[in-house]
Amino acid sequence: MSNRDNGRPETGAFFPRDRGWHPPAFTPSYKTSVLRSPQKALLSLDGTISEITGPVFGHSMLGELDNDLIHNFAKPGESAIGERIIVHGRVLDERGRAVPGALLEFWQANAGGRYRHKKESYLAALDPNFGGCGRTITDENGYYCFRTIKPGPYPWPNGVNDWRPAHIHFSIFGHGFAQRLITQMYFEGDPMIWKCPIVGTIPDRRAIEQLIAPLDWANTIPMDARAYKFDIVLRGRRSTFFENRPEGN
Amino acid sequence: MVQDLGYLKETASQTAGPYVHIGLTPNFCGIPGIYESDLGSAMVNDKTRGERVTVTGRVIDGAGVPLKDALVEIWQADAAGLYNSPSERRGTADPNFTGWGRCPTGAEDGVFTFKTVKPGRVPVSDGRLMAPHITFWIVARGINLGLHTRMYFPDEPAANAEDPLLCRIEHRHRAETLVAGGTAPNYLFDIHLQGEKETVFLDI
Ligand SMILES: [Fe+3]
Repeated sequence: MSNRDNGRPETGAFFPRDRGWHPPAFTPSYKTSVLRSPQKALLSLDGTISEITGPVFGHSMLGELDNDLIHNFAKPGESAIGERIIVHGRVLDERGRAVPGALLEFWQANAGGRYRHKKESYLAALDPNFGGCGRTITDENGYYCFRTIKPGPYPWPNGVNDWRPAHIHFSIFGHGFAQRLITQMYFEGDPMIWKCPIVGTIPDRRAIEQLIAPLDWANTIPMDARAYKFDIVLRGRRSTFFENRPEGN
Repeated sequence: MVQDLGYLKETASQTAGPYVHIGLTPNFCGIPGIYESDLGSAMVNDKTRGERVTVTGRVIDGAGVPLKDALVEIWQADAAGLYNSPSERRGTADPNFTGWGRCPTGAEDGVFTFKTVKPGRVPVSDGRLMAPHITFWIVARGINLGLHTRMYFPDEPAANAEDPLLCRIEHRHRAETLVAGGTAPNYLFDIHLQGEKETVFLDI
């Protein structure tokens, strides 16, 4: 599905990215960026049809448990260990319009802060019932939700004593290849957010606060799971005010 | 005071981190059974129209070492130059071609591989034709905001010479970083994050 103007999918180019709002490529306090950051200026170009288009992801590709990380890797009748939570929200664009049909994929550590990965060396235990990934597609109103356990914080090799705050990684695919985005969601009230060098790559405090999901008490399910609300904003696109061009506009 | 435009700010990017393969290619990563197959692992089938090509490459850091924890996505037109997207209004793309691929860089050698078809030419808004190209998006640990670039084909010198994007590159030798090596049907496209051969990345 796609945003539609008068019943037609939109074809405008995306708003230019505010690169002062995103983290810069070279952030020495996050050491891995030092050798992985382009050093030359980017080539700026108004979006062409190659960037303003994108594939469609149909709900038919989703399995029943794709948005349930508590159960999608668990043995029948068992479930992942940890604090049960619901994460939900909307995917909007910079114009405040819903983005229906957006593909959201998420991955995270288990309740002890351990990832299921052969390169992972943290001594926290694996949970045999937790795989650590899930996905969903936003509905007509740009809404999504999934169930998981709250991930634990974990140490990582950067500074001598750096720890990641509890977080969930998100990959979002909206309507155009230029809207592609990967980010991380943090949890309200976590004092470790402000100590993390990766969070600290973002220069503007307001941009960081936009990544912190508040506890959503109203949507918390009694005796079951607390809810966190996390809205995501993708690039908006220009209106096609004058459609006198035959193609590529 | 004036009216408020009311625009929202785009959610800020954060690095994909070391375990992007868990999230986006779990089967590759040794987490089977959650998804039937990894998304984006097959772009073509028996009925796809066009010339079959294979694109392999690596993402290389400033020390010359290929990344083994990167993820690469590509997006391209079909053989006739049409995108399989609702925003494509010029015609209907080949239904047997997704146009979109996703590949992790290999845990041993850092190589990515896409089996696809050679795309047709597509126009920019003023009608000029772009040379056949594949758009790339690269994420990894240490990359704070996903990198966009393009791959062009070495056997299209005439089209490349008039491509609106390639012509915009001020330092002419840098345009070569966007042109694959190899010969049909096997193309090689290494992406250099830094250094003398740094790939031209796009703000697009
Ligand atoms: Fe993480």
